[in-house]
Formats: sequence, C-alpha cells, structure tokens
Amino acid sequence: MTSAAGIAPPAEAPPPARSAWRLILRNRLAAAGLVVLASIILLALVTPLLPLHPPNATAPANRLLPPFSDGHLLGTDHLGRDILARLMWGTRLSLAVGISATFIAALIGSVIGILAGYTGGRTDNTMMRGIDMLMAFPYILLALAIVAVLGPGLFNALIAVAIVNIPFFARNIRGATVGIVHREFIDAARLSGKGRLRILAADVLPNVLPVIVITMSTTVGWMILETAGLSFLGLGSQPPQADLGSMLGEGRRLLMNAPHVSYLPGLVIFLIVMSINLLGDGVRDALDPRLRAGALARPAPMTAIDRTDMGTDVAPVDAPLSVDHLTTQFRLGSDTHHAVNEVSLSLGRGECLGVIGESGSGKSVTALSLAALVASPPGVIAGGRVLLHGSDLLSKSARELRKVRGRDVAYIFQDPLSTLHPQFTVGDQLVEAIRAHRHMSRAAAWAEAVRLLDLVRIPNPRGRARAYPHELSGGMRQRVGIAMALANAPEIIVADEPTTALDVTVQAQVLDLMDELRRDRDTAVLFITHDFGVVTQICDRVAVMYAGRIVETGPTRQVLEDPAHPYTRKLIDCVPVLGSGRRRFDAISGLPPAANRLPRGCAFAERCELADAACRAGPIAMHEIAAGRQARCVRPLAGTS
Amino acid sequence: MTTAVLEAEELTKAFGGGRSLLGAPKPVIHAVQDVSLTLNEGETFGVVGESGCGKSTLARMLVGLSTPTRGTIRIAGKPFDRHLLGATAQYVFQDPVSSLNPRHTVRRILEAPLIHLKRLGRDARAARINYLMDAVGLRPDFLERYPHEFSGGQAQRIGIARALAAEARIIVLDEPVSALDVSVQAQILNLLADLKARFGLTYLFISHDLAVVEAVADRVAVMYFGRIVEEAPADRLFAHPHHPYTRLLLDSAPAITGKRIDAGEQPAELPDPLAPPPGCAFAERCPHARADCRARRPPLAPMGPYHSAACLYPLNATD
Repeated sequence: MTSAAGIAPPAEAPPPARSAWRLILRNRLAAAGLVVLASIILLALVTPLLPLHPPNATAPANRLLPPFSDGHLLGTDHLGRDILARLMWGTRLSLAVGISATFIAALIGSVIGILAGYTGGRTDNTMMRGIDMLMAFPYILLALAIVAVLGPGLFNALIAVAIVNIPFFARNIRGATVGIVHREFIDAARLSGKGRLRILAADVLPNVLPVIVITMSTTVGWMILETAGLSFLGLGSQPPQADLGSMLGEGRRLLMNAPHVSYLPGLVIFLIVMSINLLGDGVRDALDPRLRAGALARPAPMTAIDRTDMGTDVAPVDAPLSVDHLTTQFRLGSDTHHAVNEVSLSLGRGECLGVIGESGSGKSVTALSLAALVASPPGVIAGGRVLLHGSDLLSKSARELRKVRGRDVAYIFQDPLSTLHPQFTVGDQLVEAIRAHRHMSRAAAWAEAVRLLDLVRIPNPRGRARAYPHELSGGMRQRVGIAMALANAPEIIVADEPTTALDVTVQAQVLDLMDELRRDRDTAVLFITHDFGVVTQICDRVAVMYAGRIVETGPTRQVLEDPAHPYTRKLIDCVPVLGSGRRRFDAISGLPPAANRLPRGCAFAERCELADAACRAGPIAMHEIAAGRQARCVRPLAGTS
Repeated sequence: MTTAVLEAEELTKAFGGGRSLLGAPKPVIHAVQDVSLTLNEGETFGVVGESGCGKSTLARMLVGLSTPTRGTIRIAGKPFDRHLLGATAQYVFQDPVSSLNPRHTVRRILEAPLIHLKRLGRDARAARINYLMDAVGLRPDFLERYPHEFSGGQAQRIGIARALAAEARIIVLDEPVSALDVSVQAQILNLLADLKARFGLTYLFISHDLAVVEAVADRVAVMYFGRIVEEAPADRLFAHPHHPYTRLLLDSAPAITGKRIDAGEQPAELPDPLAPPPGCAFAERCPHARADCRARRPPLAPMGPYHSAACLYPLNATD
C-alpha cells in the first residue's frame, strides 16, 4: 500500500525475473524438483559421452541378469541388453520428445489463443469452437486416431501428443489475452501509432508470456506420460529403439520373473514427472501475481499482536472508544513499514470524528486495527491499546473479539460490491448479521432485515430483500452496507471511505442518511475519508493524518477555517472549491516519505517551507494549541496567540 | 477569432444489436446519442457527468479508439482519418498505472509514438524524450525504470508525456486526476495548464468533479444518460444552470466551505438502458417534471448567448 508513495531505489526493485527465481528456490519442494530434474537432464545430455554398453546390442547368453550383476549395474532385459544403457538413452529420447511436443503445442496453441483473444468476435468464436471440438474427444482416443492415420513411430506420436494438447494452451492463453486486450495500455499503444501485429508482438505477448510458461511447466510432465503411454501401446518408438514407455511395455510380460525390467523405467518416469510437477507448481506460484501477493497465506482471525509499548498508563477518558498510542506495522522480510505510529484518539458518545489523509497516510490501517482486522501476515500491531469503555480490545482472544465485531463496533467499507457476498440475497446476508449476535428465529430476523432496509430508505424493502447485490445500484448497495452495520445497533461505527466509490448525487443522499441515522440512534462514527468536503458535511471533529501520525486534531470548522499544521493548510489549499472560478492550485511539492524510511523528525519537514533544524532533530510531540485543538508542529500556524 | 479544431456531429454509439446465430435480435444499448460538439483552438472544453452517462465512450470516439455507430468527426475541417490515429488527437487515461505497459521501460513507452508516428531517428528520439521528460517535470534517470516503480502522480506525468510525444494538438483528458490524491491532483492540474500554454494545446477535459472542471474549463457540457443536457461557458453554467440536473449536481457537491449539500428527494437511479423512457431521461428524479416531460424528449435548445439546455421548463429562464 505504501510502495506507491515513493520511487524505490533500484537496489530494492530487482527485475521480476530474478525475484521469481528467488521465490522458486525458497519453495523447498520446487527446489527439490529442480535439483532432481536438472540431474536427470544433465545425465541425459552427457549419455553419449559415458562408457555405457551399446543400448541395442543383444546378448542372449546374458538375458535377464538381475541388478548389480558383474558388468551390468542394473541387469539386462530379455534380449540381454544392458538396462542402464537403455534407461539412459530412453530417458534422453523421452525427454526430447516430451519437451519438443510441449514446445510445438505451446507455439501453436499460443498463436491460436492470442489471435482469438485479440481479434474477438466471429474469428474468436470460430477458432474456439474448433478447439472445443478437439477437446470433446477423449485425449487418448484422439492420439490413437492420429497415430492410426499417420502410422506408428516416435515422430508421429510426438505430433499426436502435441495436437492433443493444443486446446489446453489455446484456452489458457486466450483467457489471458482477453484480460489484457481491454487494458488501457493497449489503447495507448494504438494511439502511439503501432499496427496490430506490432501490438500483438510487443505489448500483448510479453504480458501473456508468464501464462504460457506456467502452462508449459504444468503440462510437460503430462506430455511425457502421454508419449510413454503411446510407446507402451507399441505406437510410439519402434524396436529396437528404447524410450521409457516402450521399455515399460516390453518389461510388462516379464513382470513375474524379472520385475526389475519394468520397475526401473517406471521409477524413472515417476521421478521425471514428479520433479517436473513440483517445479511447475513452484513456477506457477512464483509467476502468478495473485499467488505472489500472498493469496496462499492462511488469513488469521485477527491481526498478530506483538506489543512492546502498552501506551500510557493514564486512566481512559470517559468515552466509548479511546485509542492510546496505537502502532501498526507491516513486516515484510527484513523491512518494516510503519503504517500507523502512536495514534491516539477518542470518540465520544454519538460523536462523529473524521480521520482525513491522503493514500498511504495510515488512515484505513488505523480503522482496521481497532478491531484487529489488519491482515496478518504481514500486519502486526506493535503497540498501544484500543479501549472500549475502558477494556482493551487488543488483549482479547480472537473468540472474544468476534463477539465485539459487528455488535459493539461495526464497519462500513468503501466498495459494497466486494464486501457483500455475490451469491446470497441481501436479505439473507442481513439475517446472518443479525443472528450472529442475537438469538432470533429466522422469520423474525427476516422481518428485522426488511425493517433495516426500510430504515436506510431503500424503496420496496420487502422486494429488495430478495435481490442479489449485483441487481442493486452502487448507492443502493452502500445503503445495504449501512443497514448491515446498523443490524445490531452498535455503539460505534467505523466507516472507511463509505462514499468514495459513489457518484456525487448518490454520495449526497448517503451522507444525508448516515448523518440522520447517527443522530437518531446516538451512534458514534469514526469516518475515514480523503475528502474535506465530506468531512464538513458530517464530522464534529477531525483528525488529519500524515505518514502514519495524527498531525492535527480539533473541531471541524476550526481546523478547516484556521488550520494549525502547515500540512493541513497546504492540503486545504489544494482542494478545488466550487464557485471560485478558473484558478491555479497551490500544490504541495514533493511526495510523502516512504513508510519504511520515515525520518526521525517531522515527516512533513521536507515539503514545508517553514521547517528548520529543530523540525528535523527528533520526534515532535502533540501540543495543545487551544481548547480541544492539538497540533504536532513546533511552530503552528494557528492558536498561538 | 475562434477556429474549430474538432467538430463532432450527432455522434451515436450503440453496443450490442445485430442478430444472434439463431436469428433472434440482440438488445441494443445506446451509450452515447446524438452528441454534437465543437472544440475551438486553444480552449479547454469540460464534459461533466456521473458514471454511466457516456462521457468516456464519447471521448474514445473523439480520438478514434472507438468507431461511432452514427455521426461524423471532423478534425481541422477534414473528416477523421483512421490512419492518423494518434497523430492529431491524443488521450490521457484515468488510471495512470494501467495505461502504461508493465513490461516496458518509460523510454520504450515514450519512444513508440516517436518511431511509429513521427518516424524520428535514434538521436532525434533521444533528444525529444529528454525534452518531454523535462516538460512534465520528471528526472531523466526515470527513463530506464518500469511503471510499477512510480507513484500515481508520476505515472500520470509519463502518460501526459506520451500523449504530447507525437505533437498532437488536441488532447482528450479522461478523468486525468480522479485517481490521484488531492495534493498530487493540484500538481497535475497546474502542469496541464502550463503545457497548454506552452504548446498551444486544446483540451477536452472529462470529469465527474464539478469543482475541478470549474477550475480548468472555458466551456462545459453536462451529460446525462448518453446525451448532452446542458452546454454553456463555464462561468454561466455554474452561476445560472438551466437544467435541473446541473442544479442537482451543483447542490450535491460537498464543499469545504461548509455549505450544506442538498441531496434531492428522488432515488438517484438512471433509467434502464434497455428500455429508455420516451421523454426526458431525468424526469423521474426531477422536482419540476410535468406530464409532457415524460411524453416527449426535450431537444437541446439555445437559451441565451452560447447557452443551451435540453429542458422544457428550464430554471433561471428569465435571466
């Protein structure tokens, strides 16, 4: 979240290829697969140089020697041929065929996939229906049919296996291409004067290449198996030429009296396919951006808490919620991102406190930390207390905390489409929220859900309760989000940018509604936003955040009309105000500091014209500058008189 | 004397339509309908509207990224030539990061229009790229980096440099600052104003934020449900809106000055695009709607100097 805040030095942003290698090697199974596969490939490559028996030289006198016989380390087969030599040459052949088939299938499949995905429309339809037909045949039947037409032989088996696997590539690559073609950088490439072929080669292909590599790495093992299968049936390599499949086929008849003849090639096939699959999984995990972002990590029921500092020991003020020196960090490897630093605030009964800041200022992480909802790993609450009527929420167990969430502290999030479950009706979801904290029959809870929908002024609440989230407009969905937060009449609602995704006319209505509801029910609201206009509409007090700290707090009107911190002043000057006509803006030069390299002193000093050595020397404390107003500045602009 | 650099006449964009394989007609959605507008040399023309009003579809047609279903576009008096895509009109995208190819360096991104549109040699390209980086306020050592290493504001500067590279004089800015923080937004708006003066550019500035449009635009068109409902010089539009929808937009915008927003009573829903109403699309939300508003669609009609609105019972009609 903070990586966008500043340009990382080159040393911290290794090229993607190198970090992908590191990720693969960190995955132990994948690394083991890589070692096994590399050894097998190396052996296959040097086979012609090794002092082996000729693989096809028969010696009937020495037939079926067991392993560890003199001169034949792995014994001999039914014609007295050296199994070690045949195994090595066979592995070489099987690998070559499997890998070539993979490349052929990948090449043809990718071309079809990219063309279909990029062209779209009728071409896409025709190509993909052809692919569907190919997929409708059982693969082994199709391969058999192809070999039957072309005649048996290893090369024909290769072609058959490649053809059978083309659809798999075509489908995967088409899917990836469709996802990229509608991205804006493709439009930008068109506007740069590039032709279609050039866009395909220079813009689409490099972005689908990871998908091609992933698909190849996960199918090559399968292709080697299929080739072995055809050879096993006698349709691939022809005697006396050895590949793993045909060796297995020949050994099958001797399974009872000379099992090693079939076990050994079976074992090698197992090793090859197993190592390729392990490595392939590692490659996929390393290249797939979703998996790299930590989707594989098991989400913890609450944020990890590792508090070194328990905040001040002062008795909590008489407020429903008071936050005392809350500190939240993201620990990524050896890097610590200081997202929230010693944030203290209190929320009175029925009060609305706005927390305002730009992206990366730590306002959302503050909101999530209150109920330990920050994802762990990498999030860690490293200090402070969150006191709900004097009892520390962060000392509670996950089980106890679950009772608090939704009952005492409820959340409203920015995007109701992603917070509502798409496959349940909004009524069902409200019923679930109600029954999580209250013992109530389903019918009674349903009636309550309808009442809540009516409360948030959704027209026809009885009918809309049966609607799915996608059937509602953005504004209606956010009303459902509000209804859900109100379901258990919580004392505190944390609203994290609840109107940011909404159109301005809808936002106006939702703000109106929230303001009315909180006054009617005396609910305290912590309102997170980046919009000063919204703050003035609904908040009694406001706290301004910068680089993870609250830099100024006070009554909304006073802070906005007469800001004390230079950051607040400059931020307000940036805001376009309706009715002031054409004008230039007073921009703030520079960028906020990166959260993993916060300065010792005031974080705003680098961008502040008033800053001097004292500002940079060390941490700046919050000063009381007037009744109810505080600022973290050594020379505040207001309140000093 | 003002000269028109871009004229669009009755642009319409319909999605869907045609027939399925079995011959059943597919539904048609009109994203933009009968939009006519003129860009004069050197002006900033603002287009305001909420999501789903068709403003981005309109913008894509104007630069040639999308072909109109009906209507004509003339650039400097000549019909739009698809071979000149990118040479006369350029585009700045809303999401600065996704408009840059993640696998290309900044240099490669900026070189593309110079190679394919300007056909410059190697040295001329390098000189031009350094000039562009300087113009948008970026350090030349950023050239060898990849888009993910940049913040939103920096990425948007690169997007602007790309749009400027081919020396197109018309720049369509599609919500260029709505993905940015307010302090960065101010930097980019100032940069855009400087570049306009320096290179003699003409802007079509699309935004949902009225305050931003007011600060940058000479003339403004308000779109609703695929049509322009009001068009006027910026100062007139913001001071004396004739269309009730413009009024509602102005009243809904929260302001730092603390004026109370007026949210309107009717639910803020757009009509169903598959079954558009026969009359005014805004009638259901309009406090002044009468029976005939729902029966026939009001045409965009002149209502004073350079001011037109599509309303049968306009507000402020007397001034």
